[in-house]
Amino acid sequence: MNFSAIAESLPMYWDGLLTTLELLAMALLLGLLAAVPLGVMRASSRRWLSAPVWFYTWVFRGTPLLVQLFIVYYGLAQFDAVRASWLWPWLSNAWFCAVLAFALNTCAYTTEMLAGAIRATPHGEVEAARAFGMPWATLMRRIVLPSALRRCLPAYSNEVIMMLHATSIASVVTLLDLTGAAREMNSRFYLPFEAFITAALFYLALTFVLVAAFRGAEARWLAHLQPRR
Amino acid sequence: MKKLLSVLSFVLSLAAVLPLVAHAADPMKIRVGVEGAYPPFSSVGADGKIVGFDIDIANALCAQMKAQCTLVQQDFDAMIPALQAKKIDAVVASMSATPERLKVVDFSDKYYNTPNRLIAKAGVTIDGTPASFKGKKIGVQRGTINDRFATAKFAGAAIQRYTKQDEVFLDLASGRIDATLVDAVAGDVGFLKLPAGKGFAFTGPVYDDPAYFGTGVGVALRKGDTALREQLNAAIKAIRANGVYKTLQAKYFDFDVYGK
Amino acid sequence: MLQGYGASLLQGAALTLAVALGSLLLALVLGLVGAVAKLSRVTFWRRAATVYTTVIRGVPDLVLMMLIFYGGQIALNAALAAIGRDSIDIDPFAAGTATLGFIFGAYFTETFRGAMLAVPAGQIEAGRAFGMSPWLVFRRVTAPQMLRFAIPSFTNNWLVLVKSTALVSLIGLNDMLQKAQQAAGATRQPFTFYLAVGALYLAVTTASVLALRALEQRVSRGAKVAAL
Repeated sequence: MNFSAIAESLPMYWDGLLTTLELLAMALLLGLLAAVPLGVMRASSRRWLSAPVWFYTWVFRGTPLLVQLFIVYYGLAQFDAVRASWLWPWLSNAWFCAVLAFALNTCAYTTEMLAGAIRATPHGEVEAARAFGMPWATLMRRIVLPSALRRCLPAYSNEVIMMLHATSIASVVTLLDLTGAAREMNSRFYLPFEAFITAALFYLALTFVLVAAFRGAEARWLAHLQPRR
Repeated sequence: MKKLLSVLSFVLSLAAVLPLVAHAADPMKIRVGVEGAYPPFSSVGADGKIVGFDIDIANALCAQMKAQCTLVQQDFDAMIPALQAKKIDAVVASMSATPERLKVVDFSDKYYNTPNRLIAKAGVTIDGTPASFKGKKIGVQRGTINDRFATAKFAGAAIQRYTKQDEVFLDLASGRIDATLVDAVAGDVGFLKLPAGKGFAFTGPVYDDPAYFGTGVGVALRKGDTALREQLNAAIKAIRANGVYKTLQAKYFDFDVYGK
Repeated sequence: MLQGYGASLLQGAALTLAVALGSLLLALVLGLVGAVAKLSRVTFWRRAATVYTTVIRGVPDLVLMMLIFYGGQIALNAALAAIGRDSIDIDPFAAGTATLGFIFGAYFTETFRGAMLAVPAGQIEAGRAFGMSPWLVFRRVTAPQMLRFAIPSFTNNWLVLVKSTALVSLIGLNDMLQKAQQAAGATRQPFTFYLAVGALYLAVTTASVLALRALEQRVSRGAKVAAL
């Protein structure tokens, strides 16, 4: 094991770690914000609301993220119309393209998760709220969404870990994240073991931190579902 | 009993010699690493076959050495690791013999040598001074001599690394990067002469510093594989002498690509 | 429309399916072994299985794939050289299939573990009380019912596996996506080819979901489900 090469590359890995965290945070934030209204639409009993959202989640959950990223990054840039439009300063940036592709992908999964949780709202609570004359918006805001978001928590923690792993694909479109740093080190020193094991250790550490954070969140917000001690 | 013994010993001695004889007639098997994303040196056609100058040279050398060659497609930055891992025995992928690479692999004599240049939008001049690089985005293929040179010398520019040169050209055409440092011939035939390359041109000086760009493109081999190296050098001399090289070269270039 | 690259894309699709099915087979075997190990009374097996699932689920597929593809060959060569043998070349197909199989073995371990735990304990007790050997209990009580409980999670993992096969293009295997990249580079029309590959993946995932849903209906015949 060539530790001197690893030591020499550590600054690159540190920059890569920061890039990975930035990508993850932005993608999750945008994805979650968009998933709330979309999840409500998806769980709606009105076909004209749920069908378009169904189509979106079907396409984005049925195709690989790598293909989605290639389409956003290389595919869109092919068209003169796109290059001449106001979107171009955004789409010409690799970081923005990666965040866009990741956000669209995580939003699709989160939407389905949230829709499932909304549908699992105990029927009695909704009836009682309606009996009180609550308008639809208040019903959503005070009864359905708080409990649905909490019900999602275990599945969402899985989704966050999956997204962390997915960010490793960003290295394919020139971004220098953790995996990108490993590939750089490999192409410079020809030491695949050292390069990729270092990256793997960083990812493992991040995963443990996230799992612990979610366990804490579940202890707080899902306390009502824990078994009696 | 005596007769049986003498017959047996005759048969056994034959059996001992035959494998050697058969072995001498067995063609040498060489796995050659090729890229397939670097026209006109190597590219993949619609029928899935890899073609190009590198491929023709590899086949010609193998024919000259009377060896059985299998072409193995790899990404460029995976070539040297694959060589070290014994997945392939030789690399014919426009790989230059640089001092840095010579530390880890051996090279045969060169089979061509071309300089490297910057390509940018026509009218944009990047004349090679540090001031001209400030704020520019330069795209290079990861692990190449251009990658090393740009990283070391183009201070002030943002270097973006891609897995394939094709991807660099895609982003150059769409305007994501301002320029690319690439082999002059690959840039000319693989980009400038195509419709996508309209409106782009060479700019800046000719780069051929041997410390970074090496002494020419050769066949990369595992360190210590002197037997194969001698055979390849002999084969290269032979095809240069008997006109095969000239014929192959004429298919792609109208100038002498062997260089100085 | 695909400018003559259609046939090569379909060839790549066949290779993609081959990788997916090959790694599924390996993953199922590893998953069963892992699940039994995780539920074992022997602490060593439990710990070993936990390390396996934790590490695999904590590291991205791409990093594992590159580690096993580049590093694995070197390790194999070193090991073989140590016992004085010639190196064996692992081709990208074998490397990609083995890696994906190894990775998804961890996910299927969790699938099968959950399914095994869902079989009512009373039935297993009754089987043992009748003098059935542990293997007979597994074969006649646990396994048939496990199938029903495992299907939703199996569907999920299978879909993720199919989509992960796109990553083998990054270690140079000539699968569907690698062919699309070559075509895109040669024709300078990435959108067309990546869209085509996306459509092919969508076809495979949709067909899988429909088939597995039908299987679930079939296997759940006679099972009592509360009317919600």
